[in-house]
Amino acid sequence: MSALSRDEVAHVAMLARIQLSDAELDKLAAQLDQIVGFVATVGEIAADDIPPMSHPLPLVNVTRADEVRPSLTADAALAAAPHAQAGRFAVPRILDEE
Amino acid sequence: MTDYTRSTAAEIAAAIASGETTSVAVTQAHLDRIASVDSAVHAFLEVDAEGALAAARAVDDAFAAGQSLGPLAGVPIAVKDVVVTKGLTTTAGSKILQGWVPPYDATLVTRLRAAGMPILGKTNMDEFAMGSSTEHSAYGPTHNPWDLERIPGGSGGGSSAAVAAFEAPLAIGTDTGGSIRQPAAVTGTVGTKPTYGGVSRYGLIALASSLDQAGPCTRSVLDAALLHAVIGGHDVMDSTSIDAPVPPVVEAATRADVSGMKIGVIKEISGEGFQPGIKKLFDQSVQLLVDRGAEVVEVSCPSFEKGLAAYYLILPSEASSNLAKFDAMRYGLRVGPEGVDSPSAEQVMAATRDAGFGDEVKRRIILGTYALSAGYYDAYYGQAQKVRTLIARDFERAFEQADVLVTPTAPTTAFKLGEKLDDPMAMYLNDVATIPANLAGVPGMSLPNGLADEDGLPSGFQILAPAAKDERLYEVGAALEAALLAQWGGPILDKAPALAGKAGM
Repeated sequence: MSALSRDEVAHVAMLARIQLSDAELDKLAAQLDQIVGFVATVGEIAADDIPPMSHPLPLVNVTRADEVRPSLTADAALAAAPHAQAGRFAVPRILDEE
Repeated sequence: MTDYTRSTAAEIAAAIASGETTSVAVTQAHLDRIASVDSAVHAFLEVDAEGALAAARAVDDAFAAGQSLGPLAGVPIAVKDVVVTKGLTTTAGSKILQGWVPPYDATLVTRLRAAGMPILGKTNMDEFAMGSSTEHSAYGPTHNPWDLERIPGGSGGGSSAAVAAFEAPLAIGTDTGGSIRQPAAVTGTVGTKPTYGGVSRYGLIALASSLDQAGPCTRSVLDAALLHAVIGGHDVMDSTSIDAPVPPVVEAATRADVSGMKIGVIKEISGEGFQPGIKKLFDQSVQLLVDRGAEVVEVSCPSFEKGLAAYYLILPSEASSNLAKFDAMRYGLRVGPEGVDSPSAEQVMAATRDAGFGDEVKRRIILGTYALSAGYYDAYYGQAQKVRTLIARDFERAFEQADVLVTPTAPTTAFKLGEKLDDPMAMYLNDVATIPANLAGVPGMSLPNGLADEDGLPSGFQILAPAAKDERLYEVGAALEAALLAQWGGPILDKAPALAGKAGM
């Protein structure tokens, strides 16, 4: 189960939205195969009756009163934006007209 | 004239409060020190001389007006670049955030400012805190002040190196799998990871949300306690912040009494397989605690053996989710793919993430995406979460037998820059002793316990305590520190050869 092929790495990189060159793919595939082989050893622990622990704290939803509080001004929020127009973030069009 | 760059934070604070010196003088001395040595160390990514001196002047004016200020008022500090700082560039060591100036402060930064602590600048780190050597920073590595050819540990190597090189008396680090404690061990400094939720994570750029914890990097245990008290405590802005007072860490560091305390040596991480010099120093440190009245018991934590594997599934899984927002659309850099006239959004995202992320980040995002993908989730991520439960149970059983647990912090002293860069598995093994604490959320501290025989480089002694019992770290740490200082005749950093003879020393 631990064998990770170059094609699988390319597929997962696509899912993760990371474009890789052939050289990067060759290097990463070999390293990831070794790492996956190592991490797969978690399967050696028989833990069928063990509850999974996703977090060290017992998390509960935190709510607060719905009231107006000080927040960033529009200028402060836009200060680091690459482009802004008329007090709004300006982003390139990514959809066609059709 | 006193060189305050050599003083502890507690000494500096006392000198400022008594009028013996001023915050401006102390802050300027550290800025001068940075100007003198940081070209060799590269602990800082950004230095904010103007902002630090303005904050120092405000503290001096407040003291002159007779105001009562906090215990670290006027003491300058450096902050790891993964912590957002209003008006001060924050990049998390990544090209994808190059030049980003946050419009707000992290809660811990708000608390530093309120405590009157001038912020000297932002420290270098592995990109998005992924790494054990600070070689994965997009802005070049930090060098260990003990030997400039060696790594300062990671991911918080910049913070620890700044403290070790006397560029800052205090620094803030973050610890996801040991990134405060492991750099502390290899630079001869003190590093504390508080209980998970003990210091607000609001304003920390997340790596793995269930593991990340900010904490102090210092040169003494008392300084760590004083800083912990400033930054700790509940924060309504962080839903994972513990709603309880900060444990009495300063009192514990001052008391430094281990008589009658049970010290648990973890059988599985007691130095077997570690560098011989580190194992020897660990055994000697345990004996020093016995000499001071502690009782030693051996405890077994069999699930720790799988901790490293579980960690390297859980961390990449959480990281792949947390870093999804750096997609050229919502945050950070935007790069168009080469040779494509009308690229799709997906092509822009993929090209941007390729250009903006370094090798280690790509490795972990792909690993996390793989571990969470259909068909593998149960075998990898689900099973890792069960290992996490077993590790938490091991801790519970061990703390029924002992008040604190101890291990060497890292398996080796600082290795040479580049030595493990192409071997990620070898790099990951550096975190074998520190990771269990993050998986279970318990607090940990590393303090220097000597120089290894084989290379004369610093070794770290790790103390672990039950969740919310952080004061025990400080009580044991301060007791061991006192015993070691008596042996050495002074701070261990005075023995650092790479610092000797540098301008400004």
